[in-house]
Amino acid sequence: MIEIKDLKASIGEKEILKGLNLVVKPGEIHAIMGPNGSGKSTLASVLAGREEYEVTGGEVVFNGKNLLEMAPEERAREGLFLAFQYPVEIPGVSNMNFLKAAVGEVRKHRGQEALSAKDFLALVKEKSAMVELDGQLAHRAVNEGFSGGEKKRNEVFQMAMLEPKLAILDETDSGLDIDALRIVAQGVNAMRSPERSFIVITHYQRLLDYIVPDVVHVLYKGRIVKTGTKELALELEEKGYDWIKETVA
Amino acid sequence: MEILDEITGKDYEFGFTTNIESEKIPAGLNEEIIRVISAKKNEPSWLLDWRLEAFKIWQGMTEPEWAHVHYTKPDFQAISYYSAPKSKPKYNSLDEIDPEMRKTMDRLGISMDEQKRLNGIAVDFVMDSVSVATSFKEKLGELGIIFCSISEAVQEHGELVRKYLGTVVPRTDNFYAALNSAVFTDGSFCYIPKGVRCPMELSTYFRINEAGTGQFERTLLIADEESYVSYLEGCTAPQRDENQLHAAVVELVAMEKAEIKYSTVQNWYPGDKDGKGGVFNFVTKRGLCDGYKSKISWTQVETGSAVTWKYPSCILKGDYSVGEFYSVAVTNHFQQADTGTKMIHIGRNTHSTIISKGISAGHSNNSYRGLVQINSSAKNARNFSQCDSLLMTDTSGAHTFPYIEVNNSSAQVEHEATTSKIGEDQIFYCLQRGLDEEQAISMIVNGYAKEVLNKLPMEFAVEAQKLLAISLEGSVG
Repeated sequence: MIEIKDLKASIGEKEILKGLNLVVKPGEIHAIMGPNGSGKSTLASVLAGREEYEVTGGEVVFNGKNLLEMAPEERAREGLFLAFQYPVEIPGVSNMNFLKAAVGEVRKHRGQEALSAKDFLALVKEKSAMVELDGQLAHRAVNEGFSGGEKKRNEVFQMAMLEPKLAILDETDSGLDIDALRIVAQGVNAMRSPERSFIVITHYQRLLDYIVPDVVHVLYKGRIVKTGTKELALELEEKGYDWIKETVA
Repeated sequence: MEILDEITGKDYEFGFTTNIESEKIPAGLNEEIIRVISAKKNEPSWLLDWRLEAFKIWQGMTEPEWAHVHYTKPDFQAISYYSAPKSKPKYNSLDEIDPEMRKTMDRLGISMDEQKRLNGIAVDFVMDSVSVATSFKEKLGELGIIFCSISEAVQEHGELVRKYLGTVVPRTDNFYAALNSAVFTDGSFCYIPKGVRCPMELSTYFRINEAGTGQFERTLLIADEESYVSYLEGCTAPQRDENQLHAAVVELVAMEKAEIKYSTVQNWYPGDKDGKGGVFNFVTKRGLCDGYKSKISWTQVETGSAVTWKYPSCILKGDYSVGEFYSVAVTNHFQQADTGTKMIHIGRNTHSTIISKGISAGHSNNSYRGLVQINSSAKNARNFSQCDSLLMTDTSGAHTFPYIEVNNSSAQVEHEATTSKIGEDQIFYCLQRGLDEEQAISMIVNGYAKEVLNKLPMEFAVEAQKLLAISLEGSVG
């Protein structure tokens, strides 16, 4: 699905990713954990194509194509989805219109016919129910006046609507209470399939009780320093990151 | 964002000229020219005298300089004040329209026939100095509604014109209003009789075609007691290297319980991306809420013109009368706009609302200037103003000049203002969902302006949304 080789990226003068390697196969869920400032969110931003980050080395192959050469919108249309840690508000633009345009672009890119208004509404109904999103929210402006939990559920709802090949969840669990966490995880689990992969970036093991990963990586100082099974997450929860830092040093 | 430069230079869509024979009087302005204009229009002597007096007033005035705009003042002696398509100036039936003119109308998307009938819009088309066609006159006539060019109204409804002309915008009001009064050539006239709800949108489409001419149209709209009318106005001009002057006057009168909705989509040629050419749009628009519970609302979407100087205003004279102003003004490249409104509260319990959304891109400057005046007689008057500015680039400017004068302690006046820069985060969010940058900007800007766009009649709202997108393509920086 995605193959990241020796990826290096900086913001301004500061190098944040220092030769990162990661391979995610179709159908797999990979969790990326690590202490603050290790480069987790940078990885998400670089993969999505944010301009502020400069890629200084390495390569990323996404579905056989050179990801780093693509514009952000092309990456999205090719099936890369980023659930943002801090989803922005777009006043005056209804969630429905926004999604209609987005779904339209993605379908066009895949050579699918545009959805009729009826089919689109049916899809909205089905997918919003999946994350227990109030029908009213679909008609409100994008994220405007949404609570923290509603914003995160809206991200998962958008993901479900766009049916990506690879979804990157950037600290989707941050700021969620236990009920919201369960709902978000439920949405993600419902989307698991042999053709779809996930990269789940998180600080806490808690989320991984609900979204069970195939592989857990520890990112530290811009590199993946340890890889293991879901038990690694439990170990981290128990021991913290210090022992990892020591092994690296 | 390198694609920006590429698309910033997007051409003005309506910049074509029509090859049509026209009759144009020599450039220059003096009493003789005014007599010629008046004679060409076969005007009664009262109107000629009225014009000549306006000319005298104008001669004693100086061009205003207080607006936040900079330009080379027009040479008023270098302009031709009358230009008319040569072939039959007025058509009896739509089939008689000159084929070239017909093509122009088609390109502008004005069809005088089937399509507009379906949309229920009556259109008056004014090219350069004359009105060339008006549709649906008969149907409107059955209801007693008069909708025609002002020249025709002078001939056929002279008393009505004489009674109201210059009563809302007196000749002494300002430099451009005085000039317009002296030389106005055409425009629309509308009268809605007592108790009649006009069943369709009335619309005037203005087009400057001839080079070296100015356009000075005059619109007069009277809504008698308990009547209602929704009026639309659109404007475009060819792309020319020189600046063209447009100095219009619009007067509205709403009597007891009458309501006028006046919507404008202004898309005069804004000049090229280096600031060359473009229309100087110096316009005086004012409505008088004369009667008890009368209401006037102005909605404008301003995307065109090199320089805009325009303050559609309401005089709230009748008790319980209501004035509204909803505006979206976009400036790009080197455009300059100084626009806003005046709400003059005279009657008791009068209410006014001002919603202004400015959008500045490129190297442009966009100013909101508004006056809320509560006179001592205006007991319990209320005003709410909201002025938002959105900056698309670091090189553009947004300015707000609110003036509030309150002379009655029972008044409630609220003013809110915000300035924001279009968010890279918002754009990136859209890109990440598969939209391209143009779609993203269009969506964000239309969302920002939604409160105002919602006030436009349906057909116009769609047009205005597209226009906003075109005006701002690739303008984030």
